[in-house]
Amino acid sequence: MKTQILASTAAFALLAGAATADEVRVYNWSDYIDEELLAQFEAETGLKLVYDVFDSNELLETKMLAGGSGYDVVVPTGTFLQRQITAGAFQKLDLEQLPNHGNLWDLIKDVTAGYDPENAYSINYMWGSTGLGVNVGKVKEILGDDAPLNSMELVLNPDNMEKLAACGVHFLDAPSEIIPMALKYLGENPDSHDKDVIAKAEPVLTAVRPHIQKFHSSEYINALANGDICVAVGWSGDILQARDRAAEADNGVEIAYNAFAEGSLMWFDQMAIPVDAPNPEGAHKFLNFILDAKNMAAASNYVYYANGNIASQEHLVEDVIGDPAIYPDEETMSNFYITTPYPAKTQRVVTRLWTKVKSGT
Amino acid sequence: MMRRLFLISVPYLWLLALFLIPFVIVLKIALSDTALSIPPYTPQIDLSAGWEGLRTFFAALDMENFVWLTEDDLYWKAYVSSLKIATISTLLALLVGYPIAYGMAQAPQEWRATLMMLIILPFWTSFLIRVYAWMGILSQEGLLNQLLMGLGLISDPLIILNTNTAVYIGIVYTYLPFMILPIYSALEKLDASLLEAAEDLGCSRFKAFWLVTIPLSKGGIIAGSFLVFIPAIGEFVIPSLLGGSSTLMIGKVLWEEFFSNRDWPVAAAVAVVLLLILIIPIILFQRNEQKQREAE
Repeated sequence: MKTQILASTAAFALLAGAATADEVRVYNWSDYIDEELLAQFEAETGLKLVYDVFDSNELLETKMLAGGSGYDVVVPTGTFLQRQITAGAFQKLDLEQLPNHGNLWDLIKDVTAGYDPENAYSINYMWGSTGLGVNVGKVKEILGDDAPLNSMELVLNPDNMEKLAACGVHFLDAPSEIIPMALKYLGENPDSHDKDVIAKAEPVLTAVRPHIQKFHSSEYINALANGDICVAVGWSGDILQARDRAAEADNGVEIAYNAFAEGSLMWFDQMAIPVDAPNPEGAHKFLNFILDAKNMAAASNYVYYANGNIASQEHLVEDVIGDPAIYPDEETMSNFYITTPYPAKTQRVVTRLWTKVKSGT
Repeated sequence: MMRRLFLISVPYLWLLALFLIPFVIVLKIALSDTALSIPPYTPQIDLSAGWEGLRTFFAALDMENFVWLTEDDLYWKAYVSSLKIATISTLLALLVGYPIAYGMAQAPQEWRATLMMLIILPFWTSFLIRVYAWMGILSQEGLLNQLLMGLGLISDPLIILNTNTAVYIGIVYTYLPFMILPIYSALEKLDASLLEAAEDLGCSRFKAFWLVTIPLSKGGIIAGSFLVFIPAIGEFVIPSLLGGSSTLMIGKVLWEEFFSNRDWPVAAAVAVVLLLILIIPIILFQRNEQKQREAE
């Protein structure tokens, strides 16, 4: 958060200056790339790269809809991308400027076409699922060896949560992911846009709310790795990064990521070019750089997220391509679900419910 | 005559450019509807259609968003809670600030400039960094808890960060100089012979303070209180960094409307109502200033 605010302040200062043709401005999620790639891009293309980060789709969408964000490449998640395309926020990709476009994986393209018809506006950067990060040792110590480490029971059953509270539980501050999860837990359609169905999520979340230490979408990586919290509902790769940081620190903390046995939300982060990008040519260069098999593999090897680039797979390390938490087998895949964007009226209901859950008002 | 007109027009132009025009823009958005477009509200003024365009534009405006604010008690509660937090913070700032200002005014003449400097000094560091520093001080593993536990005063860390207590600390800390400076300037002008006269007439020192010093510094107290109260009520940064998710303030609600709901019209309506709430103390403040000037 701190670096983020500093980064955005810096970005603002830069935006105040004139945009130049030899500069590309990228706005991506935090902890989402191997930073060496950024230096490599600058060296290869001679372009200056300004790289800022965010941790909420909502924030990105506000910037996109306000217009004049000054960014050349942004990375919204599929559902948000779909809505922003409708609002006219993006420009179509020029495939001639993307010779590496053929590296994309048809399997993923077919899914993302649901958000971006014919994939005309975006390329898939990475994809993953929303599930459970657990400090295996501590959770087992509290709940016993048969603790439901891969089930929503762990975080949505108040009995379990009450016991875990002292050890610390974080939830993503992302209503569009947590509410579908609560609906799935109830056996409802997680992608429901029906007000009455969505309302059913409220008592489920309110019941566990007193035991949730924080709703935040990036702090849990460090908190899990340091052993400050025991459980996080978070994004697959972020939790795997926490696992790795803990292993590197050798602090006796063992973190595991599990998709929900009940079914996890699968999401796709897409790179797109804003309609008013100051340097669309540079933006295409950046996308093409990312589409390069080796570069994409380097990014995935670093952040532990699967990507939509079939050619990159031969360069992936075994830790990534061979890990079913990252590249799930078909059976797990069939258990995933996806969501579609909420219309404005439903969005209001969702946000209101979220405020109510978080603040009790 | 021309010169006079010119001089009078300057503050009005200032008001027009920096207050009235932005306010009309916000009001216009508050009367619009959300839309999935850039910018995310409708209608837009279509100047190419001439008068007809303007007419359809005005026809599409309505009070729907203001009605919405009355239908959900979230907004009402947030306004009340903001008023409460701002009022308590102002009183606390007064309690802390008055003795400091009094001490400064009593200090020998040659010290005063230095003391004044010390009050202003924190402004040299970014406000954001100072609030972050408080996070480091107040957190469970923070300086304050380590100090108290090191001294053996408490055995379990106090939970201050992410509560309303932290918000009060943050607001009082941030706006304290705005309380001290006007009170100091009122006390500095105080004629010491008045106090002597009061004591000659049989007042105890405390009574003289209560009957002479306090009434004569009233102007400073009022000015300082408004300078703390007005920004505190709409405060966003302090409650979002130091407060918890149960801290309800209108600045945060406005942020949510804008960023989470992408509902600029409702966000604008919240802002318009906030302004209307603030106009009352602002007018009172202006009146007080004017009275002071007339008295002098």
